[in-house]
Amino acid sequence: MHDQNCCAANSSHNSSGGSTLLGYIGIDTIIEQMRKKTMKTGFDFNIMVVGHSGLGKSTLVNTLFKSHVSRKSAGWARDEKIPKTVEIKAVSHVIEEGGVKMKLTVVDTPGFGDQINNDNCWEPISKYINEQYEKFLKEEVNITRKKRIPDTRVHCCIYFISPTGHFLRQLDTEFMKRLSHSVNIIPVIAKADTMTLEERQEFKQRVRKELEVSGIEFYPQKEFDEDMEDKSDNDKIREAMPFAVVGSDKEYQVNGKRVLGRKTAWGIVEVENPNHCEFAQLRDFLIRSHLQDLKEVTHNIHYETYRAKRLNENGGLHPISSSDTQESNL
Amino acid sequence: MYMLYEASINRMRVSVCVSLKQRNLEGYVGFANLPNQVYRKSVKRGFEFTLMVVGESGLGKSTLINSLFLTDLYSKDYPGPSQRIKKTVQVEQSKVLIKEGGVQLTLTIVDTPGFGDAVDNSNCWQPVINYIDSKCEDFLNAESRVNRRSMPDNRVHCCLYFIAPSGHGLKPLDIEFMKRLHDKVNVIPLIAKADTLTPEECQLFKKQIMKEIQEHKIKIYEFPDTEDDDDNKLIRKIKEKMPLAVVGSNVVIEVNGKKVRGRQYPWGVAEVENGEHCDFTVLRNMLIRTHMQDLKDVTNNVHYENYRSKKLAAVTCNGVDTSKTKGQLTKYGTISGKYPLAQMEEERREHVMKMKKMEAEMEQVFEMKVKEKKQKLKDSEAELERRHEQMKRNLEAQYKELEEKRRVFEEEKANWEAQQRILEQQKLDASKTMEKNKKKGKIF
Repeated sequence: MHDQNCCAANSSHNSSGGSTLLGYIGIDTIIEQMRKKTMKTGFDFNIMVVGHSGLGKSTLVNTLFKSHVSRKSAGWARDEKIPKTVEIKAVSHVIEEGGVKMKLTVVDTPGFGDQINNDNCWEPISKYINEQYEKFLKEEVNITRKKRIPDTRVHCCIYFISPTGHFLRQLDTEFMKRLSHSVNIIPVIAKADTMTLEERQEFKQRVRKELEVSGIEFYPQKEFDEDMEDKSDNDKIREAMPFAVVGSDKEYQVNGKRVLGRKTAWGIVEVENPNHCEFAQLRDFLIRSHLQDLKEVTHNIHYETYRAKRLNENGGLHPISSSDTQESNL
Repeated sequence: MYMLYEASINRMRVSVCVSLKQRNLEGYVGFANLPNQVYRKSVKRGFEFTLMVVGESGLGKSTLINSLFLTDLYSKDYPGPSQRIKKTVQVEQSKVLIKEGGVQLTLTIVDTPGFGDAVDNSNCWQPVINYIDSKCEDFLNAESRVNRRSMPDNRVHCCLYFIAPSGHGLKPLDIEFMKRLHDKVNVIPLIAKADTLTPEECQLFKKQIMKEIQEHKIKIYEFPDTEDDDDNKLIRKIKEKMPLAVVGSNVVIEVNGKKVRGRQYPWGVAEVENGEHCDFTVLRNMLIRTHMQDLKDVTNNVHYENYRSKKLAAVTCNGVDTSKTKGQLTKYGTISGKYPLAQMEEERREHVMKMKKMEAEMEQVFEMKVKEKKQKLKDSEAELERRHEQMKRNLEAQYKELEEKRRVFEEEKANWEAQQRILEQQKLDASKTMEKNKKKGKIF
């Protein structure tokens, strides 16, 4: 492998005027070093689920991370009353896979869109997101900073669209319009086993058109594509969004295999079967390929926008000594 | 339609047995033919039925209607309300004439597009309530007319309320709506798009809904108990399944060589008419085959009577129609609660009382005004007095001052005169001595 690297290094033409290497140095091991470091420190991921009750938000999060991480499993009863105002409930878990530790925080929003009058039900959510940015900003602006600032900013917001089969509801467009500039929004069509495949296609097209017409930029945003490769990858994903998903945490036997699914009187809906629903696509997209990108976009773009706005108003923040900061919420 | 006249005959039988002794007949008289006569008359007249469907958009209301009556009420050329987004709640009705076995049914479907779709859904039930009330009012007016040849019955006989299959419970909007409508119309709650739920989830959901309905004391349509044991068993089975979980479809798919209506999924076909898959057949049998007449009767005897008594009580209490319905104002001559003359007398009395009251009021007002004016005058008089006093005092003070000054002046004058006199005296003295000196003048 080292020889290959050597040849590659030798034959590379650097248009920026770099010199060709005469031997193997070992710069490429930095990737390995970074990997070891991240494995040791682990990382945070904060995901928020928004949608009105009964759309399967908690089940989907459980299915995504294949463990009981949603608030429903932390001891709440199934038929608790719908709260009168939108509440924000965050539940954190540490999950580990292949030596990599991830601190996953799931932020749930019960009460969203459930009342008769849902005016401004997006405000508590907007406030929460800005509060997290504010916390991070305060830590950053400190004179004596912590070595690793705890990151509670919402990296990704999954918005659940009700599978009516006709159009987006007014509440959906209102919410997404207002929040697409402060957080990455990923719309998904919930309970997709309600619709047949043709209905799904039609609905998706209609939803996409409506999102375009309303100017809602969902993640992955077109303007942040860095190069052609990114663009083509993301284009493919954007074409398939919003994903029509089904969630389940029960297992059944199908053709000798144990699969996650929902058992109905006329068949078993397999959650991970790409012919049945697009859950597998969503999971790959969210976790296997774009997890780091979500964090980066949140940090480099959404957070920076917030920071610039904040520092421009009121003459900016003054750095405060560490004795005044709020304690971290680990 | 067989059940329709049977039900009416049952009632006739019951009422007869209660008050009279039963006698045995000695020959064949022939009134056993009565049911047939009723049947023939009704068939000639035809039947009417008005069904209202309420629920948020996308719950499959139009599809269910199409499946229930096996017609395309909302076809591709005439897209139903679901295809158009509404900003406010509308109430639309479409009429269809269906014939089956020589019996014709005028079916009116009332749809409510836009219900529950906005961000702020307060009072989205108001247009629905207004519609139902206006239809009842039309019937009331028609009933009270002098010439009652044709009385079309457009009242809403049944309201199917679609609950979204969230699996958790009723939404606040559902509860509000049903609470407000359960005493105006027969409400039958349905779980829409039931193929979303697995059988266990469906059971849990149904139990939860029934619990909440009882908690909030919502009176949904109750199936009447009949004398037949078999029927009772059937009815009990239906009651256990409430609210009915339905799936609608008009697409015919082939399953195992049979053609069935259903929805094709990659993992199977959900059959609409299969009792294991959903409760559609139960709904259809109940709505059309067994209880259609009962729904109409309950609407007529219970809901309409409620409305009528409320409306008439409001009218006769005040002489003015105070009920809040937005329908047209009813004219006095058409309300048959009291005789028109008596009503006019009452009206006159009312009017006279009103006049007297107004007079008394005006007198009062007049008195008050007079008192006020008097008070004002008194006040100004007091004010004037005060000022007068003050001025007098001022004048006196000035007078005294002047006196004082004069006194001082007099004193000064006296002093001055005294001084003058002294001076004069001195002068005189001086001149005297001068003279003396002169006299003694010695010229040196």
